[in-house]
Amino acid sequence: MANENIVEINNLSFSYRDNRPIYENVNIKIPKGKIVAILGPSGTGKTTLLKLIGGQLKPNNGHVFYEGTDVHSLGRAKLYELRKKMSMLFQSSALFTDMNVFDNVAFPIREHTNLPEEVIKTLVLMKLEAVGLRGAAYLMPQELSGGMARRAALARAIALDPSLIMYDEPFVGQDPITMAVLVKLIKSMNDSFDLTSIVVTHDVTEVFQIADYAYILAGSKVIGSGTPEELMKTTDERVKQFICGNYDGPVPFHYPTSKSFLDEL
Amino acid sequence: MLKLISILGHWGVNKLQAMGRATIMLFYALCGKPEFRKNFGQLRKQMYIVGVQSISIIVVSGLFIGMVLGLQGFNVLVDFMAEGALGQLVSLAIIRELGPVVAALLFAGRAGSALTAEIGLKKATEQLTSLEMMAVDPLRRIIAPRFWAGFYSLPILTLIFTLVGIYGGKLVGVDWLGVDDGIFWSGMRSSIDFWDDIMMCFIKSLVFAIVVTWIALFNGYDLVPTSEGISKATTNTVVQSSLAILGLDFVLTALMF
Repeated sequence: MANENIVEINNLSFSYRDNRPIYENVNIKIPKGKIVAILGPSGTGKTTLLKLIGGQLKPNNGHVFYEGTDVHSLGRAKLYELRKKMSMLFQSSALFTDMNVFDNVAFPIREHTNLPEEVIKTLVLMKLEAVGLRGAAYLMPQELSGGMARRAALARAIALDPSLIMYDEPFVGQDPITMAVLVKLIKSMNDSFDLTSIVVTHDVTEVFQIADYAYILAGSKVIGSGTPEELMKTTDERVKQFICGNYDGPVPFHYPTSKSFLDEL
Repeated sequence: MLKLISILGHWGVNKLQAMGRATIMLFYALCGKPEFRKNFGQLRKQMYIVGVQSISIIVVSGLFIGMVLGLQGFNVLVDFMAEGALGQLVSLAIIRELGPVVAALLFAGRAGSALTAEIGLKKATEQLTSLEMMAVDPLRRIIAPRFWAGFYSLPILTLIFTLVGIYGGKLVGVDWLGVDDGIFWSGMRSSIDFWDDIMMCFIKSLVFAIVVTWIALFNGYDLVPTSEGISKATTNTVVQSSLAILGLDFVLTALMF
């Protein structure tokens, strides 16, 4: 495997217990230091892909390599060790509701290091300053707006200086100002902390401002990939429909049914 | 007929699978290198939530059950002029049966359902997944301290229930209905054996503590992460725990007495 890719997904096939295929022979490469967008309509399994990379789900076939290590060949202890190098920003933020923002950010540091409290305080305040929430350090998660909660979760995600951050739908349900803040933060974090970012989203406009490369998933497969510029110029009807947001096209407006409307009546 | 057998078979397989998952959950939660420094704070917090916050319901229930037992016992015994045996009746009934069983039932309703709902909500809001992604094992960090908190709390709550229950029986029998104080206490002392009664009560409460806490934690950890799933799991905890307590009480009583 080439060293320039932090994650390589080879011939990945996956289905849940109902046997409906989520992925069939999918190949994706995530280059080091880049922001890679994973796009696709709702329900295509974009979040599932992140769980497969994090080793929370096992593929039916194929491999996921993280820095050359096959994630799913690892035992429980080694998998947890590997996860220290990656981080994930959840759609729901997933802040611990019984801790304030400071303790949420300090949590991974306290868990994985033996640093004295004064050092932890400095580190946490630095991370919170980076996301603009130093003033909210002692607020509880339920006192934060949706955008603030995402930023607090982002501060927690970078607490241990991971090599890879996976963003699960970071822009969902956010107002335009918060979206702009999150776009700026993802870009600045990636550049300043020398990270690699995978942004799973269906917000094409926002993510194309910062992505170096993008994959479009639909119907269990990668239907398009390239730089945002290349994808904007694509002639593939399926990709065009997704990027332009057309209501009908190769992805049909009507959910498939065997009966005609008149028969149903 | 075949359909019925198929449904029963499917139900049985599902139950077996669930028991397997529950065993694996408990195994991974409890086995491994102990992390006293990290988990002590959590254990203390959970002991407060699961144990200390259950004291009020245990004390009130224990008092009333003891008082009712004293009243009913007196009404029966007085017909045979045997009211002197009231202390013996109240203490034996509470120590051998009512103490461990009712305390465990109350614990299942008060603390068990809360544990299920809490773990379920953590699962539904992706807090457990986020722990995994932070390389922190939720079984060791979330499940284990709660399990030990339940394990330590219920025997203590049973002790409190038993003491308060006997005091409730004394309040009605001695202070209200006029049974002789000395006869009440000496009857109790002569009939209660430390190993046969008090230790058996302790063993029962330990078994109930393991079973109730395990059921509560597993139902929370294994639920479908929706509001309906949390509601169903909470109900299941109370129903399954109650049935398990009553069933195990019979088995333990048959084995011990």
